[in-house]
Amino acid sequence: MFDNLDFDVIRRSLPYLFLDGMSFTLMLTGLSALGGLIFGTLIALMRLSGYKLLGRIAGLYVDFMRSLPLVLVIFWFYFLVPYIGQWLTGASRPIRVGAFTSSLVTFIMFEAAYFSEIMRAGIQSISKGQPAAASALGLTYSQSMRYVVLPQAFRNMLPVLLTQTIVLFQDTSLVYVLSIPDFLGAASKVAQRDGRLVEMYLFAAAVYFVISCVASYGVRRLQARIAIVR
Amino acid sequence: MIEISHVNKWYGPTFQVLKDCTTSVAKGEVVVVCGPSGSGKSTLIKCVNALEPFQEGQIILDGIKVNDPKTDLPKLRARVGMVFQHFELFPHLRIIDNLCLAQEKVLGRSHEEAVAKGNKLLERVGLTVHANKYPAELSGGQQQRVAIARALAMDPIAMLFDEPTSALDPEMISEVLDVMVDLAHEGMTMMVVTHEMGFASKVAHRVIFMDKGEIVEDAQKTDFFGSPRSERAQKFLSKILSH
Amino acid sequence: MNYNWNWHIFFEPNPTGSGTYLDMLVSGLWLTIKTALLAWIIALIFGTVIGILRSLPSKTASWIGFAYVEFFRNMPLLVQLFLWFFVLPELLPRAAGLWLKQLPNAPFWTAAIGVGLFMSARVAVQLAAGIASLPRGQKQAATALGLTLTQGYRYVLLPMAFRIIMPPLTSEFLNTVKNTSVAITIGLIELTGQARAMQEFSFQVFEAFTAATVMYLAINIIVVTGMRFLERSLAIPGYITGK
Repeated sequence: MFDNLDFDVIRRSLPYLFLDGMSFTLMLTGLSALGGLIFGTLIALMRLSGYKLLGRIAGLYVDFMRSLPLVLVIFWFYFLVPYIGQWLTGASRPIRVGAFTSSLVTFIMFEAAYFSEIMRAGIQSISKGQPAAASALGLTYSQSMRYVVLPQAFRNMLPVLLTQTIVLFQDTSLVYVLSIPDFLGAASKVAQRDGRLVEMYLFAAAVYFVISCVASYGVRRLQARIAIVR
Repeated sequence: MIEISHVNKWYGPTFQVLKDCTTSVAKGEVVVVCGPSGSGKSTLIKCVNALEPFQEGQIILDGIKVNDPKTDLPKLRARVGMVFQHFELFPHLRIIDNLCLAQEKVLGRSHEEAVAKGNKLLERVGLTVHANKYPAELSGGQQQRVAIARALAMDPIAMLFDEPTSALDPEMISEVLDVMVDLAHEGMTMMVVTHEMGFASKVAHRVIFMDKGEIVEDAQKTDFFGSPRSERAQKFLSKILSH
Repeated sequence: MNYNWNWHIFFEPNPTGSGTYLDMLVSGLWLTIKTALLAWIIALIFGTVIGILRSLPSKTASWIGFAYVEFFRNMPLLVQLFLWFFVLPELLPRAAGLWLKQLPNAPFWTAAIGVGLFMSARVAVQLAAGIASLPRGQKQAATALGLTLTQGYRYVLLPMAFRIIMPPLTSEFLNTVKNTSVAITIGLIELTGQARAMQEFSFQVFEAFTAATVMYLAINIIVVTGMRFLERSLAIPGYITGK
């Protein structure tokens, strides 16, 4: 059944697959995780701020994003970002936005909803005595968050945050719907050009599988180590 | 130094935790607050540095009204030290960094200055060798001594202790009490919620007994232990001292 | 924003001759629901089997469960759909492959099975966790009463475990609905696909996506409300699950 397969096509396209495709995927994953974490933490702080209106807005944002399929959100932002850019820069027409920027904005906004739930759980897991001790020492609310609560919440939630980042790594493949050459997009381009769908998709699957497996093994190790330290 | 007058506090619309509490702590005075659990003593001491809000009455700390919305609470709190039942050291920071954080961020001391001060206080509580460890690596008694040092690093004008020994294993209680006795002998103004009557009889000037949110008895130490006026205080004392 | 809004577009005829644009979107909605329901049935069946395997004391069984979950969890859903859709027919014997390729509605069946298997791994994880959260005595009590292992699962463990994991299963079902949109890449014109088609035909991007968004939100609200109702009707008096 493998007689008419040509796995050499993989070797020939390796530089393109990894230098172009995988670097796009990893860059998008890394920056989206970072941006999503920062933005998500802000949303979590809004929800826990005690200001009703602020909390409601943040809660609605999270529920809204989590109700929508990522594919739809990708389409939304792909068409919306040029208009947002126009609005921000005051240009006279919708500005042209590159594929990378557009997907980055999408994933940051989308992942922020998920990261915010993780950070919220993390913040809530810190005992009330910690912020109390911080304010007894004279730290302001923001200092107590910055130096006492958030570092602990982040550390406690690190395994969950990393697991979510692995999911994000897999989800970035959906930029395929915009014909953007991320890793899967690059593989698919070669597959269609050379008529080698079977080889290329099997290879892409294997690469995603190995990376995700190794990463989640790492997270499990980390989790075990954290469990011992506590 | 600390003036508490007619403080009332409710949780929700009906449950009153503090009922018309009035008392004061003078400069250099050591006041022990005792009473059965749920009597409101921890709540009262947390009202002093506004960790707990209250609805009626007022508390004046070194001439500043605590429950005035215009009061800069972080600044005020930085001037009174507080020691918690569960130590509340910051688990993600080394011991020395626990001592430095507020010195640097609140008082604006330089890192070198803060470390020097921190080390001096660690030496004082006998924990210099542990400066670079994390809180979880220390015993409960050691952690509580660090917590006292952390509060002292802010050069407080008064110290509040909220059941500082009740989460400790029995063999660790005395090491913490020793530090507190030394502090008292140096003339520190102290308000201490505790059941350690030995400590009270050794260093306290006054003893306050609380029950069901009320200050039932507020007496000089000798009077309190000699002849408590209220029946509730007598009962409490006999229960505590019987073993 | 210089964009020409035209909310009447929904009632204009679409170029495929199948009625209005709204009809297009509604047919997409139905396809989303149909695909999601079939996928969910598959996910529940396979997820239950694998979840039980993971909870068994046998090393082999739990290893199989572990491998299954890792296999489906560590590849993007999109890649899995490509494997089922493009790769599987080529790897089968020629006749079988040809039959698969010529199957009518191939995108629908592929999407339902692909999404279903993908979700089954997550159902399995939830179920195994639910079974693990039951007190150990439950299993022992079932055995002590003379129930076989199968009967123990059927009558004792699974009914409780499924009640416990109802809330996470609700969100997994909603994930199933959302994940069917990934099948747009293998040519399934479900709700997101129809919105995209409407955008391409009419250039009214934001109206099309707004309508799809509203429909997804509606599905969410209906499912969450329905499940809350179901949870309440299945709740066992005196046994608090979830909140």
